[in-house]
Amino acid sequence: MTYKKRLDGRAVDETRKISAKVGIIKNAQGSAVFQIGATTAIAAVYGPRELHPKFLQNPDTGVLRCNYNMMPFSGHGERVRPGQNRRAKEISMVTEQALAPALNLKNFPNAVVDVFIELPQTDAGTRCAGICAASMALADAGFEMKDLVVAIAVGRVDDHLVADLNYDEESYECDAGVADIPVAMLANSGEITLLQDDGDITAQQLKEALQLAKKVGKKIYEVQKQALKEKFTGEEK
Amino acid sequence: MSDGELLVKEKEIVVPGEELARGLGFLPSKGTYRNGESIRANRLGLVEIDGKVIKLVSLSGCYLPKAGDVIITQVFDITFSGWRLDTATAYPAMLGMKDATSDYINRGADLTSYFKLGDYLVVKIINVTSQNLIDVTLKGPGLRKLQGGRIFKVNPNKVPRIIGKQGSMVSMIKLATNCKIIVGQNGLIWIEGTPQEEKVAVDTILMIEREAHKSGLTDRVKAYLEKETGKVIENNPPVQR
Amino acid sequence: MSLKDEQRAHVLKALHADLRYDGRKKESFRKVIVEYDISKSAEGSARVKIGDTEVLAGVKVAIETPYPDTPEQGSLMVNAELLPLSSARFEPGPPSTEAVELARVVDRGIRESAAIDTKKLCIAKGEKVWMVMIDICTINDAGNLIDASSLASLAALKQARFPEYDGKKIDFMTKTKNPIPLLKEPIAITVFKIEDQLFVDPLRDEEDVMDARLTVTTTADGKICALQKGGNGILTIEDIDAMTQLAMEKSEELREKLE
Repeated sequence: MTYKKRLDGRAVDETRKISAKVGIIKNAQGSAVFQIGATTAIAAVYGPRELHPKFLQNPDTGVLRCNYNMMPFSGHGERVRPGQNRRAKEISMVTEQALAPALNLKNFPNAVVDVFIELPQTDAGTRCAGICAASMALADAGFEMKDLVVAIAVGRVDDHLVADLNYDEESYECDAGVADIPVAMLANSGEITLLQDDGDITAQQLKEALQLAKKVGKKIYEVQKQALKEKFTGEEK
Repeated sequence: MSDGELLVKEKEIVVPGEELARGLGFLPSKGTYRNGESIRANRLGLVEIDGKVIKLVSLSGCYLPKAGDVIITQVFDITFSGWRLDTATAYPAMLGMKDATSDYINRGADLTSYFKLGDYLVVKIINVTSQNLIDVTLKGPGLRKLQGGRIFKVNPNKVPRIIGKQGSMVSMIKLATNCKIIVGQNGLIWIEGTPQEEKVAVDTILMIEREAHKSGLTDRVKAYLEKETGKVIENNPPVQR
Repeated sequence: MSLKDEQRAHVLKALHADLRYDGRKKESFRKVIVEYDISKSAEGSARVKIGDTEVLAGVKVAIETPYPDTPEQGSLMVNAELLPLSSARFEPGPPSTEAVELARVVDRGIRESAAIDTKKLCIAKGEKVWMVMIDICTINDAGNLIDASSLASLAALKQARFPEYDGKKIDFMTKTKNPIPLLKEPIAITVFKIEDQLFVDPLRDEEDVMDARLTVTTTADGKICALQKGGNGILTIEDIDAMTQLAMEKSEELREKLE
């Protein structure tokens, strides 16, 4: 079985439908929802606030702490048991590291900025959607950021390089297999802040895949930008 | 000078990383940074252009304590030497006995007879260290323990608009609604009046919070207050744009 | 007077004037919005907004062996997550007492009204039955999470459709047209009390200083199927009578929000 056309008919560099909205959770300092296809990520920012336990405090800067969580009914199959598992723990960590380079928390020594990411429904690409939502929520919260962070999964399905793999593509069965590469980067400079790969890929393909991610990242940035601006211009009477 | 191209308009809302100007003819100021040929936003904000200088006014963000500010705080801990206050930031403030009262207090005296846990105090910041340790005083006009009324929170970035020039905005609200109002720089607001009066005052303040970045604010506030209270509001004290 | 007493006195003043902090009367709800199918991953789901309060509820199903004493009956499970995303009051970690109470109050309403026809959840007597699992997730807590959660859970149940099952494996990706067999539609309304004042749909400021509350779950036929008294305050028999009356009136209002 060879992969000729994408399962859902998209062009190789075409993402699923993206939409975003900012300021959706009143209690939070900043918040956003980011949807890509059937994957929805909600992010809320709380803080800066006091960090406990104290030994985690950094006298030079505030600390970013991310918490990624799938809602129990958001999985593709059975109910997901609530509570942190190994996967969520790792994703929380790489999310922190994906966002940290954009963020300046020097004004908040010893404090913590909490970002909570929740997924009500998922269809692959959840960590990337979470990062996109979190980046907007942090901007909404008014933190100093030199850039927004955009994230997208790119990869190889059979012998095609594609952007934004959905669940069917991630689990596509063919001889050559699939490589799934979540990438996050600073939107304007294209500097990469998250890179993981599940699956075989050549160095040359990786280079091309990253170029593809950069191209798609620009589009995501436009969506984020619009959503952030709309929060302030959209409520005109 | 023509060696620069401006890419945004005055009062435009921009997002982190957005390119605001190109070329060396423009200068980055607050909220912006230079990145090679470009000037970019380093936060979400409203563009203000002053000649060749580009800066951003924050629309959101937390309160950064600074000396001289009057803030509303809440007692959360009592030590041997004074009170620790929650400032609605990540950092507590310290109110020492000497700054709290002119009374002579014996060592080991019961400090709760002055202020108890949970009390709200209007205090002035006297010092902030590099680690954001905050010293405050209760000695000064208007500084006191709050009794009755209620507290609510607004975006601290909108506090200057809520207060207005020389306090003109908040004075207008107080006058129109008969409420007692204290606006802390940290975004906490104390209000006391009848339920009807408070409702109008709070709605007005929330409207300012929502629309602070749009022009014609004072006129809208005035019209709203006149409609809600049935009073005619004089155009003095001086009204800002 | 302690701070809490002062805050309580101030809320009480507003209740006496029948003009609450947000301008409402004691017996009126904020705007209620119900949206269905907000999560394609769930068998059924709903979002409920009551003013600034927002909760999501999702239904998932599984197949399990029935309890030996009820070999023909499927089962129900309700869980609530007070997400730290929804309020600075909530912390990550195992469910708090508040979360457990919330889940149990919603559970009791559905269970005790016999809302789900559990016999129809039987696939093979003594061997296989469907288990219906409801998860409630808070998005923004601005008071009255119980009523919002109860309504969201019912809406999610109404919208839910069983996935395809071939006798061996559940195909969660393919939904059938079969709904969850619902016999009743229980709706919870919580009435709050401060001193002699009764009111519904509290803001956080009001909830924080309440004396007591009574959650009354009723079905469309006007029967009470579950109760939960909360708070340290006391209720008289007269209070309870007034509270149940008010709750029943309000439940009709919320019932109209469901399609």
